[in-house]
Amino acid sequence: MSTRIFGSGIRRREDPRLITGSATYTDDLTLPRMVHAAMLRSPHAHARVTSIDTGKAAAAPGVVAVYTHADTEGGLQPAPCAWLLPDSDLKIASYHCLAKDVVRYVGDIVAVVVAQSRYQAEDALELIDVGYEPLPAVTDPEAAAAEGAPRLHDEIAGNQAFHWKVAGGDVDAAFAGADVVVKDRIIQQRLIPNAMEPRAALASYVGATGELTVWNTTQNPHIVRFLTSLVMGLSEDKIRVIAPEVGGGFGSKIAAYPADFLTMFCSRKLGRPVKWTETRSENYQATTHGRDHVQQVELAAKQDGTLLGLRCTVHAGMGAYLSTAAPGIPTILHGLMLSGVYTLPAVHEDVYGVYTNGTPVEAYRGAGRPEATFMLERMMDVLAARLDMDPADVRRKNLIPKFDDGHDVVTSLTYDSGDYPGALDKVLSHADYSGLRARQKAGPVNGTYTGLGLATYVEICGLGPSQVAGAIGFQGGLWESAIVRFHPSGKVHVFIGASPHGQGEETTFAQIVGSELGVDPQDVKVFHGDTDNTPMGWGTYGSRTTAVGGAALALTARKIRDKAKVIAAHLLEAAVEDMDYEDGKFFVKGAPDQHKTIGDIALMANVAWNMPKGVEAGLEASTFYDPPNFTFPFGAHLAVVEVDAETGAVTLKRYVALDDCGPQINPVIVEGQVHGGVVQGVGQALWEEAVYDEGGQLVTGSMLDYALPRADLLPDIEVLSTVTPSPHHPLGVKGIGEAGTIASTAAVYNAVMDALRPLGVTSVRMPLTPERVWQAIQDARQAKG
Amino acid sequence: MTVPVSITVNGERYDREVEPRLLLVHFLREVIGSTGTKVGCDTSQCGACTVLLDGISLKSCTALAVQADGAEVTTIEGLAAGDALHPLQDAFWEKHGLQCGFCTPGMIMASHELLRVTADPSDAQIRHGLEGNMCRCTGYQNIVRAVRQAAGTTAGQR
Repeated sequence: MSTRIFGSGIRRREDPRLITGSATYTDDLTLPRMVHAAMLRSPHAHARVTSIDTGKAAAAPGVVAVYTHADTEGGLQPAPCAWLLPDSDLKIASYHCLAKDVVRYVGDIVAVVVAQSRYQAEDALELIDVGYEPLPAVTDPEAAAAEGAPRLHDEIAGNQAFHWKVAGGDVDAAFAGADVVVKDRIIQQRLIPNAMEPRAALASYVGATGELTVWNTTQNPHIVRFLTSLVMGLSEDKIRVIAPEVGGGFGSKIAAYPADFLTMFCSRKLGRPVKWTETRSENYQATTHGRDHVQQVELAAKQDGTLLGLRCTVHAGMGAYLSTAAPGIPTILHGLMLSGVYTLPAVHEDVYGVYTNGTPVEAYRGAGRPEATFMLERMMDVLAARLDMDPADVRRKNLIPKFDDGHDVVTSLTYDSGDYPGALDKVLSHADYSGLRARQKAGPVNGTYTGLGLATYVEICGLGPSQVAGAIGFQGGLWESAIVRFHPSGKVHVFIGASPHGQGEETTFAQIVGSELGVDPQDVKVFHGDTDNTPMGWGTYGSRTTAVGGAALALTARKIRDKAKVIAAHLLEAAVEDMDYEDGKFFVKGAPDQHKTIGDIALMANVAWNMPKGVEAGLEASTFYDPPNFTFPFGAHLAVVEVDAETGAVTLKRYVALDDCGPQINPVIVEGQVHGGVVQGVGQALWEEAVYDEGGQLVTGSMLDYALPRADLLPDIEVLSTVTPSPHHPLGVKGIGEAGTIASTAAVYNAVMDALRPLGVTSVRMPLTPERVWQAIQDARQAKG
Repeated sequence: MTVPVSITVNGERYDREVEPRLLLVHFLREVIGSTGTKVGCDTSQCGACTVLLDGISLKSCTALAVQADGAEVTTIEGLAAGDALHPLQDAFWEKHGLQCGFCTPGMIMASHELLRVTADPSDAQIRHGLEGNMCRCTGYQNIVRAVRQAAGTTAGQR
């Protein structure tokens, strides 16, 4: 492996088109005869639809068609849920693309208008007259599970979508024998992902061929094609899904959405291209949300801080319908991670997935793991406070010691490799933790309290072995694929099944090929996101593209190298066993001066004038890589905050992030992933929350009301790393996309609680807005008397 | 009802009939097909649609096309001089100031304004100057680095 290319922070290959405005996102596309769709969405959280009059809209200028549910009967199946969680009494409510009789969240689609222009389509929406009979609504997951709650779906009792458990060890004995038990109720508030590019679909159905082409803002075009075939009743070979430039996803572009299927339906009905692009307001209402847990947690420990057991009950709000991958998020990706980086002898968790009158909840950056990490890391600090120990010491006491090749935890997972104590120590020494603690002990300065917050974490990435996917009810495989093709010039085309949308794999994957085969990454072009022109793959989410797709690519490059070696041996009139390879050159051992470059071999293989006997022409290979296990990146983060006790305002003063994702292909890209990830987690701790009022109206329905992180609110993040390769990955790499988000919410929250401890505050609901912090300080003062 | 407008975009004049309610950003994207400028919200928060109107930055979703009648608009597509990137574009590339790229056109145009007004800004001034532009990918840190790098050049004057 050439270290010059692997590990080099080269400029990204995708950037020239992005910085010049020449990149093409879905909404940038225009096709001949194209018309525009707009969706009429329910203004009620829960209501019976008593009538729909589309007459005026249909007669409005420019309007081509108006459709309601009745028009789609037989032509459009409900949007499927594709993660059929086993052993959980899963109950899937039909998610009709156009609401049938009842609307169940603000944003449920009631009608679609197609018109010559977008302005005309939106004008016509206002002319549709819908009769609603409002029904009682419930948006809080605990309240929705309570007796007497409004029922969303007639056939589903208690609004219970599923009840899933994870158990390991003897948790009752652990609690019975504990010196200390700490408890907390944690609200993982509902979040809105806010990818900067709104979702969009452009569908073009050609009746003469029966073929449907869809450009879609998706993280997983191959899955969209598969689900489209089910919903539209077309065979897969007739469907082409293209993810052009995609402007971020963070989980919100995993799902296959009703609006996308409706756009396809309209195109099929009309026999012409139809484009739909959501407004940001629609995005807030109807593009999937994240988190939304109510967690009751108990942690049992010995007096010296040794953990004995964790017991918890989670009510996870799923929204009105189960989105594509939704059931797996608060369960598999959450519950199985409850041992974290610690030796935990016993665990028991009940997770209740609950239908609520809210937007469907899906994966959102971290997807289940931030909710697990926060739970555990918060409880570690609560335990430390109870035992009057330093939070770093409680962690040290319980960290799993360094391991290189497999460690079993109580939730039945086998972590691949880790050095958790090493990560924590490096962060503490970099930040001068003891010095910070000493300064904190000096007390507040002018009413400003300093707090330190730690989060040590491990996450599950590289999803995952397909056999496991089947066992956990994921309705697909989780392998990835790659094709590497050398042209006669020695330039390379790579085709992958994964679908990056900002992460930079056009660069890092070129670096993989470059380092494996000694070619310049500038000569490697990576193709992705087109189901007709790339091999099958399962998509970009769960920090899996490099962890799984990168492995497929590395193994493919090695196949190319093996073939090239045979050709080189023939050209050099040597035996294959006598050949050596270094940095793109093949030579007889001990004679590097007489060599053939990979470029020489590419030319020969393509013209095939002088090939070894029995060797095919061409220099191309492919791999379908199904990983033997997940990967487990880990790290330790430290936040330093100041809290103004008079105003409740929190200022993030310092942030130190150490993330170990294994060897870094491009450290600049890794650092960028950490920056963005950390800030998203900070956003949850301090600013972000999707709020519904009692009637189920989304109060934070625009960027005016939903507080996104802004440039002026943040310090520079100090990024550190250690390198612990995964023993089972061909390159040792683990994944970095979600790491920052998984740790940072807990680190910042713990820091604020640490600052507020002298004031008697022990818990504040996120986000930690000045108002909430100030109120908590007042409440604590009053309680003290 | 439509009204005639004459708007020069990146040095090229466009004479078109438009509805009075047409937003400038839709004029750019839909009427003349200049799709480099993005729409990321509907409340003028995100800044993805930032362009220069007669050299001064403007969120092009906050203006009507008719208000730009007779004006010169510069978009991300007009920033480079032929194949030579503008120093801000080069700095965003060099400093990894973008990931998905969707906020980038607006972010670069807003940075242009920042450097026009403050030639050599501090990090705090850069962060303050870009508070009206949302990025969900980068955490802003590398955007700040990029603007700082470009500040050493004549980025704001070009």
